[in-house]
Amino acid sequence: MFLTVASKSLLNRKGSVAMTLMAISVAIFVLLGIEHVRQQARDSFASTVSGVDLIVGAKTGSLNLLLYSVFRIGSPTDNIRWETYEQVVADPAVAWAIPISLGDSHEGYRVVGTTSAYFDHFSYGKKRRLEFTSGAPFEGTFDAVLGSEVAKTLGYKIDSEIVLAHGLATTSFSLHDNKPFTVVGILAPTGTPVDQTIHVPLQGIDAMHSDWPQGPANLAIKSGAEPGATPAKPESITAFMLGLKSKMSIFGVQRQINDLKEEPLMAILPGVALAELWQMVGLFEDVLRLISALVLLAAVLGLGAVLLSSVRERNQEIHLLRILGAPPYYLFLLIEMEAVLIALAGMLIGGASLYVALILVEDALFANFGLYLEADLLTLEGLSILGAVLLSAIVAAGVPSVQIYTAASRYFER
Amino acid sequence: MTIELHGVAFSYANDATKSLLNIDHWSVAKGERVLVHGPSGSGKSTLLNVMGGLLTCSVGEVTLLGERLDRMNARQRDQFRANHVGYVFQRFNLVPYLNAIENIELASTFAAGKQRSSVREEATNLLHSLNVIPSDWSKPTSHLSMGQQQRVAIARALINTPEILIADEPTSSLDAENRDNFLRLLLGLVDEKNTTLVFVSHDLAIAQYFTRVQALSEFNKEHC
Ligand SMILES: Nc1ncnc2c1ncn2[C@@H]1O[C@H](COP(=O)(O)OP(=O)(O)OP(=O)(O)O)[C@@H](O)[C@H]1O
Ligand SMILES: [Mg+2]
Repeated sequence: MFLTVASKSLLNRKGSVAMTLMAISVAIFVLLGIEHVRQQARDSFASTVSGVDLIVGAKTGSLNLLLYSVFRIGSPTDNIRWETYEQVVADPAVAWAIPISLGDSHEGYRVVGTTSAYFDHFSYGKKRRLEFTSGAPFEGTFDAVLGSEVAKTLGYKIDSEIVLAHGLATTSFSLHDNKPFTVVGILAPTGTPVDQTIHVPLQGIDAMHSDWPQGPANLAIKSGAEPGATPAKPESITAFMLGLKSKMSIFGVQRQINDLKEEPLMAILPGVALAELWQMVGLFEDVLRLISALVLLAAVLGLGAVLLSSVRERNQEIHLLRILGAPPYYLFLLIEMEAVLIALAGMLIGGASLYVALILVEDALFANFGLYLEADLLTLEGLSILGAVLLSAIVAAGVPSVQIYTAASRYFER
Repeated sequence: MTIELHGVAFSYANDATKSLLNIDHWSVAKGERVLVHGPSGSGKSTLLNVMGGLLTCSVGEVTLLGERLDRMNARQRDQFRANHVGYVFQRFNLVPYLNAIENIELASTFAAGKQRSSVREEATNLLHSLNVIPSDWSKPTSHLSMGQQQRVAIARALINTPEILIADEPTSSLDAENRDNFLRLLLGLVDEKNTTLVFVSHDLAIAQYFTRVQALSEFNKEHC
């Protein structure tokens, strides 16, 4: 009966109730939406690289190593000699290795020199391998595999010829224009920096620099090689990624690399470094949370105001319920119940519309950006947000509830 | 005695100098039907509220069904009222957005121990005997006419079979025909259930329905 009274009383005040209900629903939409996007952003950030046990580079800050090796931001302080690379990879604990050579660019997109191990072992997200929308991994020295965004933005197709520049600016003076590369493969969108990368074989990089008289020392091939010929071995690389046979050996291998006498190297765990980096952008999370909290505050204040103004119109009900023997706290609970009902209805409406919205954008996001938004709202965070909404609705309804309580207890003595 | 007032004095807090009620002794026996009349502002409604425990008097004893209302706390008075006292007013007797059945059920939820199904059955019986047609039972009561609303109000007041029924000018908003209709039905039910009735009105034309007719001034001495 109590519920009937509360719900019919709300239905009786359709106009004002509908407005607050809308405000609450929008707030819940925003709250859950922001939380969802925040989580997805963190997850997809954390899964920029997966399945890689260690990333190795010249001794520098671990964030710097992560930034240039995975995000292609910033530049390496030093290179790794090829011999050192071979020595580390020879360790029986190592299952596979992906060497990376950075330093060139094309139309502002970074060029990564690597081996076919990249396509066999590099993974992102929940251990997703790279996939080709067309073509295949490179084989020849002057083959190139493009990230999806590179191909899309620059309009390249299979067999397009591209010219790489040394350095990173689009208008680089040092075009290696005598050595065009041929596009042999285009990768599917991943939502990671891979999409903005041009992949070429290590030999391609070295061959390209071989007839460059002032070629940068750190990328120069061994003297004596024929210009343009595929060198047997590169002189050096920028970094490499390691997959180990057993997770148990991660820390052992890491220590070995860090203590290497031949060359000052460092090995980082990508998961740990990614988490550190995310902490640095944590301010962004706090701002989102603050905005959510303010939206919620505005909505529940509106709810409180509507209920408060309703109290003034409810003398008749106070009178009647008191006559029937209802104690004053019955009226207190009635107002609180109305707040709870509005909050619950708002959760239903806000949650359902967010769900529909996510389903609608999901396909588009995945196709264009490789971003996979899961329409999974009933996470622990989602539920605790709903709990917080309910609690704040109850608190906001406290003012009108206390007011009707005092009005009811003094009703006949007024 | 069903109702007994002894040495009762009452004044509103905002007008404490003037004692509105001053009753040495006044009582109503079981099954009596008392009409109390008096000029407007003389304190009739105040008397009814003191009798129902809605107002507490500063001095004196208010005894209902042998129980001292003035010794109860607020919660006990509410509970006692729900179980033993029915009220009908001039208007605003019903929650406007609930229908007749819901209004009656609501009244029953505050009284002790009755099953919901038996409440519903009794409600329909009452509505039948009060000539409220079934098609009006599920309309919001704000859609009913004044006469219909007052008859539903009787059913609501009697659902918990209270020993005492208090009526504060329930016929003042009704025309002569509706008034007589209302009184006939009310007194029929009161007779049937042997309810003690205290009825306030300034309309002495209805005196014939009552076993005792008294002016408030007969037992209330106003002091200044
Ligand atoms: N809640 C209240 N607070 C203060 N004074 C009140 C209150 N209710 C009534 N009074 C005053 O007490 C006096 C008696 O009021 P009451 O309502 O009991 O009269 P009444 O006999 O029922 O009048 P009527 O026939 O007009 O209904 C009046 O002077 C009124 O102004
Ligand atoms: Mg009155």
